[in-house]
Amino acid sequence: MKNKYSIFSLIKNAFSYHENWEKAWKDPEPKKEYDAIIVGGGGHGLATAYYLAKKHNMRNIAVIEKGWIGGGNTGRNTTIIRSNYLWDASAGLYDHALKIWEGLSQELNYNVMFSQRGVMNLAHNLQDVRDLKRRTHANRLNGIDAVYLNTEEVKKFCPIINTSQDIRYPVLGGTLQRRAGTARHDAVAWGYARGADEMGVDIIQNCEVKGIKRNGDTVEGIETTKGLIKTKKIGVVAAGHSSVIANMAGLKLPLESKPLQALVSEPVKPIIDTVVMSNAVHAYVSQSDKGELVIGAGTDDYISYSQKGSHDIVEGTLNAILELYPIFSRMRMLRQWGGIVDICPDASPIISKTSIKGLYFNCGWGTGGFKATPGSGDLFAHTIANDEPHKLNAAFNLNRFVSGNLVDEHGAAAVAH
Amino acid sequence: MFLINCPFCGEREQSEFKAGGEAHIERPKQPTELSDDEWAEFLFMRKNIKGIQFERWNHTHGCRKWFNIARDTSNDQIKAVYKMGEKPPVKL
Repeated sequence: MKNKYSIFSLIKNAFSYHENWEKAWKDPEPKKEYDAIIVGGGGHGLATAYYLAKKHNMRNIAVIEKGWIGGGNTGRNTTIIRSNYLWDASAGLYDHALKIWEGLSQELNYNVMFSQRGVMNLAHNLQDVRDLKRRTHANRLNGIDAVYLNTEEVKKFCPIINTSQDIRYPVLGGTLQRRAGTARHDAVAWGYARGADEMGVDIIQNCEVKGIKRNGDTVEGIETTKGLIKTKKIGVVAAGHSSVIANMAGLKLPLESKPLQALVSEPVKPIIDTVVMSNAVHAYVSQSDKGELVIGAGTDDYISYSQKGSHDIVEGTLNAILELYPIFSRMRMLRQWGGIVDICPDASPIISKTSIKGLYFNCGWGTGGFKATPGSGDLFAHTIANDEPHKLNAAFNLNRFVSGNLVDEHGAAAVAH
Repeated sequence: MFLINCPFCGEREQSEFKAGGEAHIERPKQPTELSDDEWAEFLFMRKNIKGIQFERWNHTHGCRKWFNIARDTSNDQIKAVYKMGEKPPVKL
């Protein structure tokens, strides 16, 4: 049993100069065999392992990670959490996650710094206005909080926005989801890792998958840089590298992996206390607790695994940011980076069984996976443990690309893709 | 961010071009005969290779012509440029 984090443990450890905190998770060597193996130690993978152990009592399991946990897209995104999606299936999926977020710090005994500061989506043309109003109605029918704001209300909610009607893309209105917000991305990975580790899950870092061992149409184990590990169930949560793993198993997925960029500014005093996203001009901005502006850009249109994006994408995003927030014109950007996102043709994720028995995929989250981390882990764990999808992820199967029953969230999700 | 050597215009910045995705996916000759699985394969399934990939590009802000390139997607290095209709290079 791990020591509980609390004000008392903080005081107690202060007396020993914080040098005696116990390790949040072990660093074990892989066993010869597990009941299930999760490939990918990001937020989604660690959450999957956590819920497999907690809800389905599968304790003899491992998470294997090529690099270090939370070092991929979990540590690279702009930490926006919301559930205001248009279609019923998506609304169910993302609101399931949002509900878990609301109690996550308590459940994990780990402060994930979930902050329901609201997310506002701006409309810049008549079609945006119609789309956002339609989405607001759809959200409310699904029990998701959403309001439509006119230009004055947008200005009142976030006073630094330039609402002049003379700019290139004037603000005509927006929507607001007050329950939405941000969380501390690293803490999510670390909190789930600590929780999973406590229940006996082996978290194995610096261990790369080299092949999937099969006997006919059934998985038998995985070849890794630390040798062969036997298992009957493999859950792949490899984000941008999902197709690479699928290839090893002889599968093709409907995914394209593309660079998505983000950047942060120098830290400044509190200036923006919400998250503002803008479809048409493709710019998202929020402020971290440290004071940096966290800015999200768009994807490049070519496939790449290089974790580097194009300069013109960043330039376009900053142009939009400066037009909407002239107050930021003299701020300096500190860091810029890219992550590789796996995008589905319908911009919805895949949480699914495959044609190979014992092989499961959780992928295709594209540009917006972070918000779904707890829900994705919960539903993927259910799918792996029962060999059947939960009703909330039944629509997100691989077969939808054959049946044509797509969950088409492109542009409808309140986010540009 | 990289440069692309357009076979018609010469070397230009990548931002002048539009990526057209995986190359050499042939349009079905008998669309009415295709099963749902075959349609899914043609429309949606992609190799999405990490390594050398053959892909189509269009010089949208230049000559507006289509052509193929072989590019290493792990570091964005272009290995070969060849015209539409040509077979991909064997040696790279």
